[in-house]
Amino acid sequence: MIGFLFKGLIRDKSRSRLPIIVVAIGVMLSVFMHAYITGLMVDMIELTARFSSGHLKIMTRAYADNADQIPNDLAILDADGLMQRLKKDFPEIDWAARIRFGGLVDVPDSAGETRAQGPAMGLGLDLLSKDTHETDRLNLRKSLVRGRLPGSRGEALLSENFSRKLKVNPGDQVTLIGSTMNGGMAIYNFTVSGTVRFGTTALDRGTLIADIGDVQHALDMPAAAGEIDGYFTEGFYDDDEATAYLGRFNDRYSAGGDEFSPVMLRLSDQEGMKMYIFLAERMGGIVTLVFMIAMSLVLWNAGLLGGLRRYGEIGVRLAIGEEKGHIYRTMIYESVMIGMAGTVVGTIIGLSFAWLLQTYGLDIGAFTKGSSAAVMMPDVIRARITLADYYIGFIPGVISTVIGTALSGIGIYRRNTAQLFKELET
Amino acid sequence: MEHPPIIQIEHLTKSFPMGKASFTALTGISLNFGKGEFAGFIGPSGSGKTTLLNIIGSLDVPTSGEVLVLGNSIGGLTARQAARLRKENLGFIFQSYNLLAVHTVFENVEFPLLLLNYAASERRRMVMDALEWVGLTDKIKSKPPQLSGGECQRVAIARAMVKKPSLVLADEPTANLDAANSHNILQTMVKLNRELNTTFLFATHDDKVIGYLRRKVYLLDGKIDKDEVFPN
Ligand SMILES: Nc1ncnc2c1ncn2[C@@H]1O[C@H](COP(=O)(O)OP(=O)(O)O)[C@@H](O)[C@H]1O
Ligand SMILES: [Mg+2]
Repeated sequence: MIGFLFKGLIRDKSRSRLPIIVVAIGVMLSVFMHAYITGLMVDMIELTARFSSGHLKIMTRAYADNADQIPNDLAILDADGLMQRLKKDFPEIDWAARIRFGGLVDVPDSAGETRAQGPAMGLGLDLLSKDTHETDRLNLRKSLVRGRLPGSRGEALLSENFSRKLKVNPGDQVTLIGSTMNGGMAIYNFTVSGTVRFGTTALDRGTLIADIGDVQHALDMPAAAGEIDGYFTEGFYDDDEATAYLGRFNDRYSAGGDEFSPVMLRLSDQEGMKMYIFLAERMGGIVTLVFMIAMSLVLWNAGLLGGLRRYGEIGVRLAIGEEKGHIYRTMIYESVMIGMAGTVVGTIIGLSFAWLLQTYGLDIGAFTKGSSAAVMMPDVIRARITLADYYIGFIPGVISTVIGTALSGIGIYRRNTAQLFKELET
Repeated sequence: MEHPPIIQIEHLTKSFPMGKASFTALTGISLNFGKGEFAGFIGPSGSGKTTLLNIIGSLDVPTSGEVLVLGNSIGGLTARQAARLRKENLGFIFQSYNLLAVHTVFENVEFPLLLLNYAASERRRMVMDALEWVGLTDKIKSKPPQLSGGECQRVAIARAMVKKPSLVLADEPTANLDAANSHNILQTMVKLNRELNTTFLFATHDDKVIGYLRRKVYLLDGKIDKDEVFPN
């Protein structure tokens, strides 16, 4: 019987073509959208993690409460000591002490008078240690537009756009005007070693990156750090894993009431990130469901139209002695075959498009300009093909054809045999 | 009647709902048919031939009265029992052939055997026998659109006969055929009736068919007008 049905499907193009096309399109979009959204979300999450949130982040409780104000007076005082302990207790995590700060970058003319000035977002991180991973983490080498990376104390990177605005070239001197940890005025001179562009508007507007040693010195916060960020060395952010570390850390390090005791936050504790993690993890399912419903509706209607054409066949099969239920079931079997065929085609096409978007990326820089969200949006969108993309299409592909056929075939069940048979005569 | 009855109809009435009222298509039909008869319902269009044939074929049910086909009371059968009766014992031939267009001649004739779960080798033998009866063994790979009307109807006869049913119901089988083809398929059915002792029951108003019948049941406005039996 299956062979008989299969022959019918293969030969009757009008029975198989439209549903296969519908399924293929739906599956293609599902697979592509899944890879696209996964890519976008993972990129956004990892970009945000690398530059700002870490996978894990340790701050003092007080700093954490006001983190958006960058209250360096509440920084971790013995950051060096804490780093030593962390490296021993959690060797599998890559720890990085950082200081964020705000300030003015002042460019003096030859007479020492201000020639240009602009507000800067400062980031102090370990650029100079031999074993630092920060250079790679922020992709500094590849982001370099002019000049070179800082090679010694007193050197800093400026974002390319910022340096253009200030008319500063590598080798020039700039002065950072900020405030020290204790509220005094901080003035510190840097030589611009190079300029960088990250391809993320939030970072490219006005960033100054310097070695954390310099920043500690400039802001008068020796051995201190605003935050210590932790990175999983294998793979991407995983909220369950992060939660496990959170528990372990806070048990051991965090003293209940002390507002200067360190606390750990997960990436998902950062404002807005929960939603992106949710989307990254669940979007595939949501997209699949949406396409499944849409395809079911289309296939239901296609099935109703196709069913009309098949009344003759159904009538004759009834007359020959096939049961209504059996006819209905064979239509479902057919729909499974069609669903599989459409899914295979759709998955291949969807993966191809996803591969293109993964390999070549799509520059959406023009649309992200001016965004200042805490979450960083990459300027180039890339899909990310995961194992799920190879099989996820079967869920909407097969289920929607089965649902569509089941719904359109209900008529067979509702009508009695005499009625079905009459329809054959016309 | 020389044959044991395989169809017993008593006081059959069939009405169809028509809005609030109902339309009575058959009234007070009482008839018996024996095994091996070659009989037909004759009457003008709308006289109730198809309705009667469909009830005998368990495709429809009586409104009142009793119809026994091979001992099965048509009115009392479940859908499943009716399907089983058709599958095992009845063959249908239609005016418009109703072959499955994308399937070959062989596959069309084979279909009833698939439902009966015959093994492949058995199916092949039975299909070839049936196609031999109707003289179409050279067309097994053709598909209905490639065949003439007469050939299509012969495929339909082979499909109805392949399982050697007790009863074949043929509703206006010659309506779409020319004279030569009509005579050809009727001779085929007469031959099968003789050789296999299959009961044939026609619904027709075609004189060519009527000429072959050995029993003529005339219907008029849903009632039996005449019932004539001709010894061979
Ligand atoms: N499903 C139905 N609903 C209403 N009336 C019907 C139905 N089937 C048949 N009839 C009516 O019953 C009468 C007999 O029909 P039918 O048995 O098809 O006649 P015949 O086959 O002799 O031409 C006709 O008047 C027809 O309109
Ligand atoms: Mg009729």
